[in-house]
Amino acid sequence: MGYESAMNENSRDSPAISVRDLWMTFVGRRQGEEIHVLQHVDLTVRRGEFVCIVGPSGCGKTTLLNIIAGFIEATRGEVLVEGQAVRGPDPRHIYIFQEGGVFPWLTVHDNIGFGLSRRKPAEREATIKHYVEMVGLGGFEQVYPRALSGGMRQRVEIARALAADPEILYMDEPFGALDYITRYKMRADLVRIWQAERKTILFVTHDIDEALQLADRVIVMSRRPATVQTVVEFAQPRPRDIDSPEYLGKRHQIFAAMGMTPQGDMIGEKPGD
Amino acid sequence: MATNVEQNQSAQADPIGRKKRPRLPWPAFTLPCLVAGCLLLTWEAVIRFWGSELIPGPLAVVRGIAELIRKGILLKYIVASLFRVTWGFSLAVAIGVPFGLFLGWFRHAYQAFNPLIQVLRPISPIAWIPLAILWFGISDAAPIFLIFLSSVFPITVSATAAVQGIQPVYLRAARNFGLGRVQLFRRVILPAALPQILTGIRISLGVAWLVVVAAEMIAVNSGLGYLIIDARNAGKRYDLVVAGMLIIGLIGLVLDLIVRRIERHEMVGWGTSPR
Repeated sequence: MGYESAMNENSRDSPAISVRDLWMTFVGRRQGEEIHVLQHVDLTVRRGEFVCIVGPSGCGKTTLLNIIAGFIEATRGEVLVEGQAVRGPDPRHIYIFQEGGVFPWLTVHDNIGFGLSRRKPAEREATIKHYVEMVGLGGFEQVYPRALSGGMRQRVEIARALAADPEILYMDEPFGALDYITRYKMRADLVRIWQAERKTILFVTHDIDEALQLADRVIVMSRRPATVQTVVEFAQPRPRDIDSPEYLGKRHQIFAAMGMTPQGDMIGEKPGD
Repeated sequence: MATNVEQNQSAQADPIGRKKRPRLPWPAFTLPCLVAGCLLLTWEAVIRFWGSELIPGPLAVVRGIAELIRKGILLKYIVASLFRVTWGFSLAVAIGVPFGLFLGWFRHAYQAFNPLIQVLRPISPIAWIPLAILWFGISDAAPIFLIFLSSVFPITVSATAAVQGIQPVYLRAARNFGLGRVQLFRRVILPAALPQILTGIRISLGVAWLVVVAAEMIAVNSGLGYLIIDARNAGKRYDLVVAGMLIIGLIGLVLDLIVRRIERHEMVGWGTSPR
C-alpha cells in the first residue's frame, strides 16, 4: 500500500499526538455570547506513552479529547496525530466513552468484533477470543450488555477498541461511572493491558490519584478557559506504591498546580466555584 | 440404602424451615382467567336478577358464538377482517418505517414533511370513509386503505422519533470504527431505532384493529364489523352483537401478545423493557 508506506515515512519519528496553539470557542445561547473553553493549548504525546489529562470538572478536558479524536473541530490551532492533521474520527485511533458506548443490541462477542468486519472469519474469531480473555469476560460471549455490570460493560468497550488494533486509545473518564473498588481494579487491569499492548493512551480524568496510578506524564489543565497549567513527569514503575514519598510528592505537586492543598483548601484564591 | 433415602429427604426440606405457600401455577395466565371468571359470574347474576333486555346473558352469547361457528361464518369473517388488517397494516409498515427513518435522519426532509404529517395524523380514519368509498367502492380496497391510513402516520412518527432519539455516543462510536453510510445504517441506525419502531408498530396495530371494525360496518359486507352491524339490522340479534365484540377483543389481545413477544427479544428488549 503506497498510501500507508508514505504515511509511515513521514510519521515514523513524529510524536503520536501533537497539539499546537489550540483554541476553542463555543457560541452561547444568547446573541453574540461566546464561551471560551480552550485557549492556547500545547501538548505532545510520544508513541507508546500513557498520558493523563487532569483538571477541574467542566474545564474542557473532554472537549480537548473530542477535538483530538476528530469528533469536533477546533476554532483555531493545529492537531497532528501521527504526523497528520486530524480531519475526522479514524479507526486507527479509538475513543472509549465514559458510559454507554457499548451497543446494547449486540452480544459481548459481536460488540468486540464490531470493528473487525473486514477481517477473515477465522482471524476475526481468534481476535475476539483473545480480547474476551484479556478483559476477563470468558463465558460471557453470548450475553447482551444490559445483563452485565457497569464495570463489565466498560471491559467490553475496551476490548472492542483493542480488537480493532488501533495505534492510539482516547479514554474519556472511562471508569468515572464505576464504584470505587471496580474502578481500582479496572486501573490495574488497564496498566496490565497497556504493558502488554503498548498502545499510546491519552486518558482524561478528574481523579488525580487515578492519573498518578496510570500515567507516565500528567498534564494539568487550568480552569476554563483551560490551558496547560503544568506537566508532571512520573517515572515510578507500576504498580505504583501510593504511600511512597515520591508518589505523595507528585500528588502534592498536582494539587498545587490546581490551586489546592491535598487537604482540599484553596491556595490564594477564593473558595467555591 | 435406608440412610440414603433419609439423606435425600432431608436435602429436599427447606433449609431455613420456611413453609412453602401453595402458589398458583402460571400466575400470568391463571390470575386474568380468575378475573374473567368473576366477571362472567357477575354478568350472569345481573341477567338473572334484572332480566336480559339491555344486554344478553353470557350463555346466550356463547350459544351465539356456537351458532356462528356452525353456520361457518365466524371463521370466514375472522379471516376477512384479518386479511384486510394484514394488507393495510403491512403496507403501512412497508411505507411508514422507511419514510420515518428517512425523516429522522435528514433534518431538512423532516422540516419539509413533518407539518403535513401532523395535519393528516389527527384526522380520524373514520372521517376518510366517504372518500374511501368514493375512490374504491364497496370492495376490500376501501377498508385496506382506511387501515393503511390509520397506521401509517403513527408508524412514521415513531420511526422518525426513534432515529432522532438515537444516543449520539452510538453514532460517534460507529463513525470512529470507520463505518460508511450503508454500514452505519444497517449496523447502527436501524438496530438502535428498532425498539421504538416496534413500540410504534404495536400501538398502531391496535389502532388498525379498531379501524377495521368501523370500516367494515360501512364499506363492505363481510368481516367482524359487518357481523355486528348485520346482526343488529337483521333481527336485533344482540347475542350475536356481543359475540362479535368478544371475538374482536380476543383477537386484539392475541395480536398484542404476538408483538410484545417480538419486543421482548434481547436484540430489541434493551430499548423497551426494564432491566
